[in-house]
This record gives sequence, structure tokens and C-alpha cells, in this order.
Amino acid sequence: MAHAEPQQHGAEGQQHAHAEGQQHPIGIYLKIWGLLFVLSAASYLVDYFHLQGYLRWSLIIVLMLLKAGLIVAVFMHMLWERLALVYVIVVPPVLLMVLLGIGALEADYTFFTRGVYFFKGLL
Amino acid sequence: MTQPVLTSTGESLPLPEGLPGIAADLSSDQRAFKNVPWGKAMMWIFLLSDTFIFSSFLISYMTVRMSTTEPWPNPSEVFALTLFGEKIPLILIAIMTFILISSSGTMAMAVKFGYEKNKKMTFILLLITAALGATFVGMQAFEWTKLIQEGVRPWGNPMGAAQFGSAFFMITGFHGTHVSIGVIFLIITAIKVIRGDLDNERPGFMTGRKGKYEIVEIMGLYWHFVDLVWVFIFALFYLW
Repeated sequence: MAHAEPQQHGAEGQQHAHAEGQQHPIGIYLKIWGLLFVLSAASYLVDYFHLQGYLRWSLIIVLMLLKAGLIVAVFMHMLWERLALVYVIVVPPVLLMVLLGIGALEADYTFFTRGVYFFKGLL
Repeated sequence: MTQPVLTSTGESLPLPEGLPGIAADLSSDQRAFKNVPWGKAMMWIFLLSDTFIFSSFLISYMTVRMSTTEPWPNPSEVFALTLFGEKIPLILIAIMTFILISSSGTMAMAVKFGYEKNKKMTFILLLITAALGATFVGMQAFEWTKLIQEGVRPWGNPMGAAQFGSAFFMITGFHGTHVSIGVIFLIITAIKVIRGDLDNERPGFMTGRKGKYEIVEIMGLYWHFVDLVWVFIFALFYLW
């Protein structure tokens, strides 16, 4: 009985999946899972081997973006969504680059003024 | 009484693709997000707003880190653990990362089995996901305890810049709260699945909407987002 029921629903579920659901072979999830493990291990090794400077900086950012992209595209099924949803969700975060720029400008200025006014040697 | 005549209006037209598709979807009547259940579109929009919250935290962290004249404590050393008589840098954080990624993998498979209406597998995978999430929160509690014992406070610490503590507790605390809430909802979803609520379209606790297997995917979106945020925290806070 317990075995028969999913079978019965199988065809119905398949039809439903074409309309609304997200059904993909399990292999793709396992592959992405493995890939995320490799990428995480790689970013940990960046720290483990004490890489410094621009090499460390670029490796961390690239690995981070690769991992984020894989999670959003495959695990969160963005690859298979209609473009309207993808754009509505993915485009607004680009605005954050503006906030990032403002933050960096402000930080530089604060650092400069602190260097001028809070220099401990003068007190 | 005569029988009403069935008039066939034919199949609906295929949806346009590409940029014309975006324009057509967003300017259409009734629903802009074709193909996706309403709850899923709303979860995406909630996640978008959450993205802005976490981004504000991370950008503020960048701003205070760039503007401090004190040296920033080295995360590689602060989060090192001594295992088997050897000091391994950042090992706890690395294990936490692998645990959270694994929980994302089991969640993705739970969604797949959910749409296949395989109750047992969905239930088991949701519970594994919840267990991994709870382990993550436990390790985070351990990490907080360790740092607090070492004298790290939101207003200062013995290792260097005072902003280290405030950024650390704010960002990881907010993320940990998200994970904890996720664990609770994973357990609720697992119970709904095994009880057959989704097969019987039983309405939810606080909603009249019918239970459907799409709620497993919506739960999954939230959980993957929590993992996604950790990817950024791991890179920007711990590895920097």
C-alpha cells in the first residue's frame, strides 16, 4: 500500500512538475555539493598556506562568488526560472556596489582624519 | 435545463522568452511571476530584502575595518584550535562551513524527493538538514563562549581594534539567529511532510492556504540563503 501510493501519484506528479515544480536528477545536486566542498577546501587552503596580498584577495573573492553562484543557480533553481524572476531578484543587489563605494570613501576619509587628529604620539 | 455548452478556447499561447518575456511578465495582469507558486515568489522577495540587511552589515564591517587605526586581530589566529597537540588555524570555521554546505546538499535532495511525493525520504532528509543546522549553531555557541572567555566584547578586546568584537557578534549573531529559525521551520516542515499534510492539502497553522509540496522548496530557498550568507561571512570576515 505504502509502495503503491507514490506510484499512483507518479504520473500526476510528473504532469504537475512540468507546470510548477522543479524536478531535476539527483546527480546534479550531488555534483554541485562535491564542487562546493572542493571550492570551500580551496578557500580554506588559501588561509592555511598564508597566501598574502593580491593573490589572497582575488582567490578569496573568486572562490566566494563561484560558491554563491552555484548555490543560487542550482540549489535555488535560478537556472530554470523565468527571466522575469531572475532579473527581479539578481539585479537589485547590484545597487549594493554603490553602498560599497560610499562605505569605502567614508572609511578612507575617517582613517585619514583619525590619522591627523587622533595620532597618539601628539597626546 | 439544457446542458451548458463547452466552448474550447484552445491552449493558452506560449510565454515569450528573453527580454520581451521580462516585459510581458512584469506588465501582465494578475501575476507577474509565471510558473512559480505565489509563496515561492514571496520567499524570493523576502530573501532579497534579507540580502540588503546582511549586505549592510558586511559593508559597515568593511567601513569600520578600513577606518580603524588600531591593528585588526588576525582571524586566522583568533579562530585557531589546538587539536591533537597541534595548533590548526581557522579549523572550527572550516568544519562549520563543511557542515552548512552538507546541510544545503541534503536540503536540495529533500526538495527533489518532495516533488516526487516520497514522504519518507523527504522527512529523513529534512531531519538530517535540521540536525546539521543544529550542529552548526552548537559550534557557533562554542566559538562565542571561547571568544568571550578570551575577553572579546562588543566594545573591545585584548587583541586589537575594538570594532572586531562588535562586527563579529553582530554579523555571526544575526546569521546564527537565521540558522536557528531555519532549524525550527525545518522540523515543522518535516512534521507536515510525515503527517501527510501536504498530500491531504491540510491548511497550515497560521494560514488557510492548502499544504502543498512547494512548501518544501520554499523552505529550501530559505535554507540555501542561510548557507549563501555564510559563504560571504566566511570569505569576508574569517579569511580576510
